Amino acid sequence: MAILVQPNTKLLVQGITGSFGGRHTQLSLDYGTHVVAGVTPGKAGQKFEDTVPIFDGVAEAARETGATASAIFVPPPFAADAILEAVAAGLELVVAITEGIPVRDMIEVKAAIAGSATRLIGPNCPGVVTPGTGEDSHGGCRIGIAPGYIHKAGDIGVVSRSGTLTYEAVWQLTCNGLGQSTCVGIGGDPVPGSTHLDIIKLFNDDPGTRGIIMIGEIGGSAEEEAAAWIKANCKKPVAGFIAGTTAPPGRRMGHAGAIISGGKGTAEAKIEAMEDAGISVAETPSQMAEALMRIL
Amino acid sequence: MNLHEYQAKQLLARHGVEVPGGQPCTTADEARSIAEKLFADGQEMVVLKIQIHSGGRGKGVFKDGFKGGVHLCKSADDVHEKAKAMLGNTIVTKQTGEAGRQVHTLLVASGEKIVDEFYLAVLLDRETSQPLIMASREGGVDIEEVAETNPDAIVKLNVDPLLGLQPYQARNLAKALGLSGKLIHSGAKLIAGVYKTWWACDATMVEINPLCIVESPDGSQKIAAVDAKISIDGNALHRHNDIAEMRDLNEEAELEVEASKFDLNYIKLDGNVACLVNGAGLAMATMDAIKHYGGEPANFLDVGGSASTEQVTAAFQIVLKDPNVKAILVNIFGGIMNCNTIAEGVVAAAEATQLKLPLVVRLEGNNVVAGRKTLADSGLTLIGADSMAEAAQKVVAEAAA
Repeated sequence: MAILVQPNTKLLVQGITGSFGGRHTQLSLDYGTHVVAGVTPGKAGQKFEDTVPIFDGVAEAARETGATASAIFVPPPFAADAILEAVAAGLELVVAITEGIPVRDMIEVKAAIAGSATRLIGPNCPGVVTPGTGEDSHGGCRIGIAPGYIHKAGDIGVVSRSGTLTYEAVWQLTCNGLGQSTCVGIGGDPVPGSTHLDIIKLFNDDPGTRGIIMIGEIGGSAEEEAAAWIKANCKKPVAGFIAGTTAPPGRRMGHAGAIISGGKGTAEAKIEAMEDAGISVAETPSQMAEALMRIL
Repeated sequence: MNLHEYQAKQLLARHGVEVPGGQPCTTADEARSIAEKLFADGQEMVVLKIQIHSGGRGKGVFKDGFKGGVHLCKSADDVHEKAKAMLGNTIVTKQTGEAGRQVHTLLVASGEKIVDEFYLAVLLDRETSQPLIMASREGGVDIEEVAETNPDAIVKLNVDPLLGLQPYQARNLAKALGLSGKLIHSGAKLIAGVYKTWWACDATMVEINPLCIVESPDGSQKIAAVDAKISIDGNALHRHNDIAEMRDLNEEAELEVEASKFDLNYIKLDGNVACLVNGAGLAMATMDAIKHYGGEPANFLDVGGSASTEQVTAAFQIVLKDPNVKAILVNIFGGIMNCNTIAEGVVAAAEATQLKLPLVVRLEGNNVVAGRKTLADSGLTLIGADSMAEAAQKVVAEAAA
């Protein structure tokens, strides 16, 4: 079992004909992911790499192919529209990889899709991977830009705001023989479609997940909110790491959402809340898997 | 992207917000002629304010001893003299650091008679993903201090982004500030204008501190934005050419501007251990690891997902321009990228920049064995490390040696 996607999930890609979208679509196909459709307005009838049919819009792509999830690689000025189109088409899962979407666009998107059945992951995220059982985890569902081979099918859930830190955690787990149920990059933007808490609730309910690694960073209070819920409700062991102990206040550290403002969003406050909730917090990023193994 | 006060006031005025009359200038003669017009219009006082992206201007001290970056003047001669003292001069405030900031522009504005001061800001509420208006009866002081000492003075209102701020909400906020009679309407109009500015300009923050009741010579009162600060979402500049032109490179650190030309995300810090990392989260975590093992990071540097030879070379050149740097740590998780390609890039960049400082490299991921061999065979005196923790320990030791 896993959350959000299973190895047989049918995926469509919005922005499949762009160089970035195309490259990662190919990598997903190589990984064994069922990429069944691409969407680029005006290019209906063409095929991606002679195999994946391209449609003008999400609704017809989903209707014709049965896709239930979408990966969005559309450039930032057009990405909000792409998300709304995917939600309007009734997809179950929309994963927005695009970095650099204006905050105001995401405020509108989030308000507009509230109450819909679609779950949005991202934007500005590495995506979602449910590893397969083949060699180097082949045969899994890879949505986004994460390297597939670092994964291993198993029962640890990973949720993170950072791409490369997710890869670090996954690789540490895999090297220690611990596989993953699903790895979710929720993204580094200040207005995320899903929060740590949203994903942790899913892991908590997933019979295929035994333990959780939650990776956060400075900015906002999503980690504190997740920690409070975990303290009261979570049935599974949780380990964590927070990046940005040395980040200067008032500066945006790469990610649009990684900023300490008005004394809020510090790494110290997050680590304190997590430790108070009984979460095993790694002292350095090299010890994320170790921090989980201590409490499994 | 941060704006100057005068630029912020231009945007606010465009959206119906009352701001004191005035203009920016870059010479003392211009300052005099703007002041003369204001005095001719019946102003008793003119205020002269330096335009830098830093708080604490009023209490700042210039390097030649001249005190204060904000002055109230009673005559055009006085304006001329003070402008001359400040333009081209470098001021140190509590926010500039010791290096201070050179003054290129002044705002010459009417010195309003202030009856009462408030605080008003619009920002993103990250908990609800909605716009948040914060207003306080205590203005002209640090809002974080008010939040500590007198939290009841602060009123907060979430705005439904799809509906926008409603007139009744603006009136309620005006009343919460203690405004009464006609001033409720004047206040509500200003609050609506400030919200509109935030929304229409893709601002990440609009802060009016102080927001004031000002009195005209005829005794009538109105609400005006006496000081203003605006930050704009850099990702939205593609739809605001006019605002994009307001960027002032004088206010940005030279190395950070240089780095941005190569799509590198670089932030200079005070330590002596430089780091080059792929990914923002990993870059922050690498800084933390350096600190954890007793070192001080010299910078934050995200070389991006591809870490090409050109980018790594540019990154080396930039960190080497920081004279504090004693050792360099390269930490790359080559997920999709082939580690051997990255290793070749690091070697080429080290050779191109004739790197003399100790270089610790930690590579992990795709084809890492070949990558490590390339580094070992390069003839460069670089130090390998298998884990991030080991790399951080080694680079801290090198920097201390």
